Amino acid sequence: MTQAMIQMQGIKKRYYEGKPNELEILHGIDLQVYPGEFVAIVGESGSGKSTLMNIIGALDRPSEGSYLLDGVDMLSLKDGRMSEIRNKKIGFVFQNFNLIGRQSAQKNVELPMLYAGLPARQRAQRAMELLELVGMEERARHQPNELSGGQKQRVAIARAMANDPAILLADEPTGALDSQTSRTVMDLFHQLNRQQGKTIVLITHSQALAEECQRILTLVDGQIIGERAGKEVPAHA
Amino acid sequence: MLDNIQLALASLRANKMRALLTMLGIIIGIGSVIAIVTVGNSLTATVNESLISMGGNNLQVGVEYRPDENGEYDYSVSMTQEDLLNDDMLEAFSRQFEQQTRAIVLRESMGDTGQAQDGRLYANVRLTGVNDGFFTAEKVDLVAGRPFRTQDYQGARRVAIVSDQLVDNMFQGDIEKALGQTLEVSLKESVESFAIVGVYHYQPQGLFLGGTPTATKDTTTDLYMPIYTEQQINGESGHYYSYFELVPQTGVDPDALVQRIQSFFEKSFYGTNQRFMVKAYNLQNEMESITSVLDTISLAIGVIAGISLLVGGIGVMNIMLVSITERTREIGVRKALGAPAGAIRTQFIVEAMVICLVGGVLGILAGLGMGAIGASLMGSPARPNPGVILAAVGFSMAIGVFFGYYPASKAARMDPIEALRYE
Repeated sequence: MTQAMIQMQGIKKRYYEGKPNELEILHGIDLQVYPGEFVAIVGESGSGKSTLMNIIGALDRPSEGSYLLDGVDMLSLKDGRMSEIRNKKIGFVFQNFNLIGRQSAQKNVELPMLYAGLPARQRAQRAMELLELVGMEERARHQPNELSGGQKQRVAIARAMANDPAILLADEPTGALDSQTSRTVMDLFHQLNRQQGKTIVLITHSQALAEECQRILTLVDGQIIGERAGKEVPAHA
Repeated sequence: MLDNIQLALASLRANKMRALLTMLGIIIGIGSVIAIVTVGNSLTATVNESLISMGGNNLQVGVEYRPDENGEYDYSVSMTQEDLLNDDMLEAFSRQFEQQTRAIVLRESMGDTGQAQDGRLYANVRLTGVNDGFFTAEKVDLVAGRPFRTQDYQGARRVAIVSDQLVDNMFQGDIEKALGQTLEVSLKESVESFAIVGVYHYQPQGLFLGGTPTATKDTTTDLYMPIYTEQQINGESGHYYSYFELVPQTGVDPDALVQRIQSFFEKSFYGTNQRFMVKAYNLQNEMESITSVLDTISLAIGVIAGISLLVGGIGVMNIMLVSITERTREIGVRKALGAPAGAIRTQFIVEAMVICLVGGVLGILAGLGMGAIGASLMGSPARPNPGVILAAVGFSMAIGVFFGYYPASKAARMDPIEALRYE
């Protein structure tokens, strides 16, 4: 059996630890995501899905449990290594795009490569390839405020792909888009999953969106209470 | 690094007004330092040049009020002929100090200026009487003709040495033609005529306010004549002097000479004079005190500039803190994309440095401008100091690093989750 991309066991997250107002958000999450999978994690607000996403994305550390990301033990990492993991192994796609203002689409896509220390020419070349992949090559010189929501999200996806990460981590990627542009963004994820074999974790509160994935995990009150197959057929099946 | 600089410039452009106001402290601070150094430099240079042209080691010897036993001066009494120096005294003095003296220079100008006229041609002149020591001391740069002769002095002859400026005005610059010509000079109450025996090169002197750096058609130049001639025209009865200049022989200690001159006049002539005495001054000492005043002023303005830079630096720090708060989300995104803390810190330090550097460069330009205006008001060429300009560039970058470090570190330490959530 192939090694899991994400291997989580008994992940707990507590805030205000040791204080009277101690709060446990995640109560022991077990999660495996395999290479090439397109997984949805569905939960209402307050279910702990943001906290889970932060831990998956190496923005936060769990209080307890074990987490291997692409074979790297994430619990014992120092801050510097965490940055490096985020840079090389995670591609974030946010609900509100989070492009850096006053910087062209191309510069935004180059950013993760800049932090990875790639030389300028290589950065520019790869950024253009990625923008072409998401169909935004003609807008490479445009600044974020000159782009529509759907266009911004496509640039953001190109940026997430910059260092060829182990997983794409998408947090409500269509939450700020109308249904038509939502469709094009979702189609882009499917395309990346099928054609590039990219592992994708989609975090959403929308059941309809989750149905499009291969596997759906339902998160309620900090626990995964159910797992079922979606409509998407695994690419390598 | 280049990306950081571009980024910093982009964020400056996005907030032009704010950036300019922030830079103001730096601009004023750097500008005033550059201005004062430029003016100070040119002033010091001018003072030094004047010092050299006046004869660096020369002593000024003159009759002054004598303080009473309480050290106070009675200015109500006026100087009479008995109190002044006369030819006998100077004769005795020069015999006594022959070994130490290269020249004794007498020079007296009439209070009112005159005008040389010939038809529509004219030149403004100041009638100045001189003795032969004036030529021994090379006080003037004779380009043609001769110095005055003994007969000229004794006979109080109407002979003149005029400036090349006057020759330009009156004789179309033809010096040979001017020599031997008779010059009619209108004074307040009379017209005097002189035979031109020599021409000197006029060197404009720009010391202190109102000096003219170049000679013009209307510039008043000295018309030199034997001192007895000048005294005669001025209507003086007899030959009396209130001061003279002494050019010491090389190797003579001017400070020791000052003492000896004063005691000579005291013993020989002024011991019985209750109200007046002869004092000697070493010009160089006087000049040094002027320069030291200048240094004090420079220091004071330097301190003010330092405070301005400090305030400017705090302003930069403040605006960087504001900028970082505004861009919390951007910082969160950068961290999510894998920016290490060091990269975030560098980005904001570079931004602070760019603000300070742009402010510093504007300050240098403003300072050079003010310095040039200041120097031209004082009639001397501006002398910007390249070393100080380089130091100003370096210093403004250092301010950026120093005052940018804290905000940048704050940004680098931000929690990415909190930062991403920031609205």
